[in-house]
Amino acid sequence: MGVFDDLVGQERAAGTLRRAAAAGAELLAGGRGSGMTHAWLFTGPPGSGREEAARAFAAALFCPDQGCGHCDVCHQVAIGSHPDLEVVRPQGLSYGVKDTRRLILRAAGAPTLGGWRVVLFEDADRATEGASNALLKAIEEPPPKTVWLLCAPSPDDMMITIRSRCRVVTLVTPPTAAVAHVLATRENVPPETAASAARAAQGHLDRARRLALDAEARRRREDVLSIPASLTGVGECVAAAERLVKTADEEAAAVTSILNEAETAELRKVYGEGSTGKGLNKGLVRGGAGAMKDLEDRQKSRATRTKRDVIDAALLDLVALYRDVLAVQFGAPVELANDDRRAELDALARSSSPEDTLRRIDAIMLCRRRLSANVNPQMAVEAMTLSLRNPRL
Amino acid sequence: MLLGMAATDPAPVTLVTGDEELLADRAVGEVIAAVRAADPGAEVVDLAGGKVESGEVTRLTSPSLFGDRSVVVIRSAQDLAKDVASEIVSYAANPADDAVLVLVHPGGVKGKALVDGVKKAGARVVTVSRLTKPAERLAFVKAELKRAGRTVGADAAGALLDAVGNDLRELAAACSQLAFDTPGKVIDEAAVARYHRGRAEVSGFTVADSAIAGRLGDALEQVRWALATGTAPVLLVSALARGLRSLAKVGGAPRNLRGGQLAAHLGMPPWQVGRVQEQLNGWGPEGIARALQAVAAADEQVKGGGADPAYALERAVQTIVASRDGR
Repeated sequence: MGVFDDLVGQERAAGTLRRAAAAGAELLAGGRGSGMTHAWLFTGPPGSGREEAARAFAAALFCPDQGCGHCDVCHQVAIGSHPDLEVVRPQGLSYGVKDTRRLILRAAGAPTLGGWRVVLFEDADRATEGASNALLKAIEEPPPKTVWLLCAPSPDDMMITIRSRCRVVTLVTPPTAAVAHVLATRENVPPETAASAARAAQGHLDRARRLALDAEARRRREDVLSIPASLTGVGECVAAAERLVKTADEEAAAVTSILNEAETAELRKVYGEGSTGKGLNKGLVRGGAGAMKDLEDRQKSRATRTKRDVIDAALLDLVALYRDVLAVQFGAPVELANDDRRAELDALARSSSPEDTLRRIDAIMLCRRRLSANVNPQMAVEAMTLSLRNPRL
Repeated sequence: MLLGMAATDPAPVTLVTGDEELLADRAVGEVIAAVRAADPGAEVVDLAGGKVESGEVTRLTSPSLFGDRSVVVIRSAQDLAKDVASEIVSYAANPADDAVLVLVHPGGVKGKALVDGVKKAGARVVTVSRLTKPAERLAFVKAELKRAGRTVGADAAGALLDAVGNDLRELAAACSQLAFDTPGKVIDEAAVARYHRGRAEVSGFTVADSAIAGRLGDALEQVRWALATGTAPVLLVSALARGLRSLAKVGGAPRNLRGGQLAAHLGMPPWQVGRVQEQLNGWGPEGIARALQAVAAADEQVKGGGADPAYALERAVQTIVASRDGR
């Protein structure tokens, strides 16, 4: 039992972290504590559980039993209320230097409870170059009790100067069987559904969970996977792109509108809306309009990111489909992510050559690159569907 | 319209409301001219709304010792202080005999109480709204030249509009200059072409139309014009994409649909479907696909992926034109 047991298929990393947590406890007790470091970089493919691993490590550092998983401290870390744990989750398109400077100041404080002060920086790859440079000094020589935990998909996503100051924990893609087992035992999903969701998610635990539990997510995936078969003409390509972008828009709007309303109402309250009494007017006090504008900008950036993430998830499903087609074409003995659509895979494999399949995968990757380069989503996706229809254009 | 208006006996209170400055100025000028026609010695006071102090209007409109008439013009009436505004409203209900008050309000919500109050008090209202439709601008050009005692054909007026743009002040200036420079009664296209050349404003849609119709030279020239007059490259790219997208949609629609059904199926207005069907001449599905790819690549380059947005645009236009006849 313990916090590290929740990590799926990460035995090696868990071992390292356990030893480090023990060394950390030794260090606090006045020992040498070799094996503990002040800066860690958690890397691994999406869905391997970088944030979970970092959080488990934080719990192990705070917990008197190095991560028992059931004491108050472990619980506080799990729900994010531990006073010495600072979790940073960039919500916009990037994390700027201004935010970083503020973060460094908070990180430099002494721990409230006397143990460690931990900064958990999720999606640290979203930090801009300026922000990364501002981090350098803080990461290299933090105050004695401060520990930095950065998370990024791969060490290459971070600047080399940051990378060289961190100890890297590499997480691996969990095996399908392990993911299916977790779904079946923890979420009570029927074994068949669990197995197919785990295969479809290709080791991405969160995604597998969503596919297994959320019928809407499954339906959306079906919609995306039916795109290749629907691309019979140029008109259909344009229409399919339009549908995909529109779904992404709607989803982003649904996710962000709830958050936006609450935040806007909160900020208006802070700036004195609806307050009564002498010397107060009904509207916002001085500076309110500017703060509202800032908030709107941040909300817009978050909406754009959500929209991009939704499209990106769809594109990854498509890549997985063509990867399966390629596997069928070569007769490779690998597990197929879309085993439940075997007939369609066979048909796609027969109707094209491996070269074309590779070209199609390239087109999808080009689309991802263009989306992150801020190309109009409709245009980028259109170009992709057109290439999927005729990869030799 | 307002241009032919001959205000012989000006109303004691006139409200000029609307956002077209040139026409508002003219309306004010006409009132002043009408007063001066009756009394050449009339005094004109021109005030800006934000600077009028309370009591000032009453002072200016009260009868003078020598019996002169006076005209008080208040511009930007939306900026008037509240007490001044209410002073004016009560004055409008009970105006003085030998004073004429002109209020210029740009429309909109600010200072609406003044507008409503003055209207209710029975002031003469002149509305000068911005001309948004091409036909209105055409009518404006014709009326301008008619004022100068000239006539102009529709084609010449259109050429002048293309060349000068949509700003009414510039149009009015160009009209009076033309009337001054050219002999004879009728101003024809040749006369316009002698003094005005090119296009003042090129929108992305013009470029898209030229490129889709395969007029490479025109399209490239228009791209340069548009960039030179400050159109953002991103807008040009998106106009190209939109044009090609509607080609793809209309071209790929089921063959058995016609007219209104087709328009409903595509979610486009019928007139646009008809236009796109004409444009489809010379386009095949592969060509459209290639052109759309080129546009997506151009969008990436325009947004920082390439060194020169103008080059990316020109290249996209060239690829679009070359993709025609791809049947």
